[in-house]
Amino acid sequence: MAGTLRVNPIACTGHGVCAELLPELIAVDEWGYPLIDPRPVPGALERGARRAVSACPALALRIARIEEPARSG
Amino acid sequence: MNTAFWYASRATGIVALLLLTAVLVLGIAVNRQGRLPGLPRFAVTGLHRNLSLLSVAFIAVHVVTAVLDSYVHIPLLSAVIPFASGYERLWIGLGAISVDLMLAMIVTSLLRGRMNRVLWRAVHLLAYASWPLAFGHSLGASTDLQQGWLLGLSAACALVVAVAVSWRLAQAARQVPRAARVSAVLAQQKAMTR
Amino acid sequence: MNTALNEETAPEDLQAHLSRYGAVPYRGRTSTLIPDLEASGLTGRGGAAFPVHRKLAAVARAKGTRKVAVANGAESEPASRKDELLLRIAPHLVLDGLQLAAEAVGATEAHLYLHAAPGPQILRALAERTAQGVDRLPVTITQAPPRFLAGQETALINRLGGGPALPAFQPPRVSERGLGGAPTLVQNAETLAHLALIARYGPRWFRAVGTPEEPGSMLTTLYRARVRTEIHEVAIGTPLRALLGDGPQAQAWLVGGYHGTWLPLPQARELTLDHASLRTFGAAPGAGVLAALPADRCGLAETARITTYLAAESAGQCGPCLNGLPRIAAALTELAAGRANLQTRANLERWSGLVTGRGACHHPDGTVRFVRSALKVFAPEIDRHARGQCAATSREPFLPLPDRAPASEQDWI
Repeated sequence: MAGTLRVNPIACTGHGVCAELLPELIAVDEWGYPLIDPRPVPGALERGARRAVSACPALALRIARIEEPARSG
Repeated sequence: MNTAFWYASRATGIVALLLLTAVLVLGIAVNRQGRLPGLPRFAVTGLHRNLSLLSVAFIAVHVVTAVLDSYVHIPLLSAVIPFASGYERLWIGLGAISVDLMLAMIVTSLLRGRMNRVLWRAVHLLAYASWPLAFGHSLGASTDLQQGWLLGLSAACALVVAVAVSWRLAQAARQVPRAARVSAVLAQQKAMTR
Repeated sequence: MNTALNEETAPEDLQAHLSRYGAVPYRGRTSTLIPDLEASGLTGRGGAAFPVHRKLAAVARAKGTRKVAVANGAESEPASRKDELLLRIAPHLVLDGLQLAAEAVGATEAHLYLHAAPGPQILRALAERTAQGVDRLPVTITQAPPRFLAGQETALINRLGGGPALPAFQPPRVSERGLGGAPTLVQNAETLAHLALIARYGPRWFRAVGTPEEPGSMLTTLYRARVRTEIHEVAIGTPLRALLGDGPQAQAWLVGGYHGTWLPLPQARELTLDHASLRTFGAAPGAGVLAALPADRCGLAETARITTYLAAESAGQCGPCLNGLPRIAAALTELAAGRANLQTRANLERWSGLVTGRGACHHPDGTVRFVRSALKVFAPEIDRHARGQCAATSREPFLPLPDRAPASEQDWI
């Protein structure tokens, strides 16, 4: 099922496990916080994406359905 | 046959205690973003999870062999219902409470992606209650750890946990509270550019 | 239309209010208010300009036995004083609007969210309304802390719920699950005042001023050289130069407050106060803060001061904002002080890119919009500073900022 990776920036404390597991879609900025490819997760990477979501120690990463709004005001 | 079960139960119990000690320390390491030398970040959380599942396996064998051993009567349910065993009611009871807490932690961790983040963490903090209960159970339920090298081993586990938890508490005390974080960064920037 | 509001005006008491405007036009269960609001084209006056009828309709159709209506009087922007003035001299218009909006969405509770100042007059106004049975719902007042983010929708919900005024991340829409899980309507105080007038005089009356696409009037807070700060009610579409003056005394205009946009002069002098016109310069009316920066001030210094304030007002919950805004502010301070080098400019650009879109709320985005516009508009000044010069002759700050930065958890409650 197509979706995009979204990080909860309040929950995220910059562990960096996600970027390590899924370098194709997630990089880390100079402060350790994730830079996430905003496009839908390609099929081949779906399993890896779910693994990254599961591995986040802060439970900050999820795969959102595409229609979901990005942020609050 | 019986003695085999009894020995198996004691041996798996000791290994379980060692594993739980490692799991607790690794859990603190994950939270503090610690690294294991030469290993990727994922290894710390991966090892924490795998060892916790391994310790569950050892605890399962530990319980089953104790129940199967007919020398003393320990009902199976007393592994999860505290103080339901006639034999060593208190000490096995502590073990049961510890197991109950572990079950809560494991179930919530399996459902991690589907549950409230804050609730998951609250349940996971029960680890700090589960370990001392397991330790109490280990010391009291048989005389093994009360003498010889096993006493030394259990003292070492207790010391490791005490040091790790003290360090973790000290870290929490030193942590910059949310409301002061930005001013800390601002001050740091001002100092750098002076 | 361009009417200056007299800040010395005594607050209108309930009797005077009712004589002037008539009784509160409750409409009963079959609410025709929402279609009227749609016909009027009223948009939010809190800064986001979201169509009011759509917000009300969303809450009205949401499922739930409990529903909440909130009047947001916490304008939070230090340079904006219009809501504070409105609540002081015309509280009954806002309170009428709150009751009418509450009726239209089926709200079971009503709240008023305020910074400290208007308290005593509002309490008196509410007491009068309760005594005369004018209000259908009792109104609970909650105080907002003096934080820039206090008026942000999710921060407001958190504060009303008893917690600190901190933004939340991507919760379900407030119109579906807001305060205590109930569908919640949050409207700016000025918006509710307009709503109360539309309910009495109708959509056509509202559309008598403004533009066809953006009808009505709005309150603006005006800052000009050597003149007191004034609050004006202004028709949307009014030329900015009619409000801010036309002469060489101003070097640049700021439109939309501290998350707004600097506009270059003379290039921007033909712009009018509406989205369509301002969009051509990447700007928007926001909550109506308009400033004409005097020629004798340093635009970089002003920007650096304000950005330092914005950085200090970060909730500190999200890594990129917490790390990026203070660094951006420090770099701007360097630029303003003439201590910057090429690396500073490069850092500023990189950090601006790094914080945009990566927070739970729009604080970093708004700050970056403000900063980027400053770098464009004050580019000549940057060059001068790099050569050790500055065109400014006065170091006096122009735009207002509070004295105290938040320091502890208590500052957010």
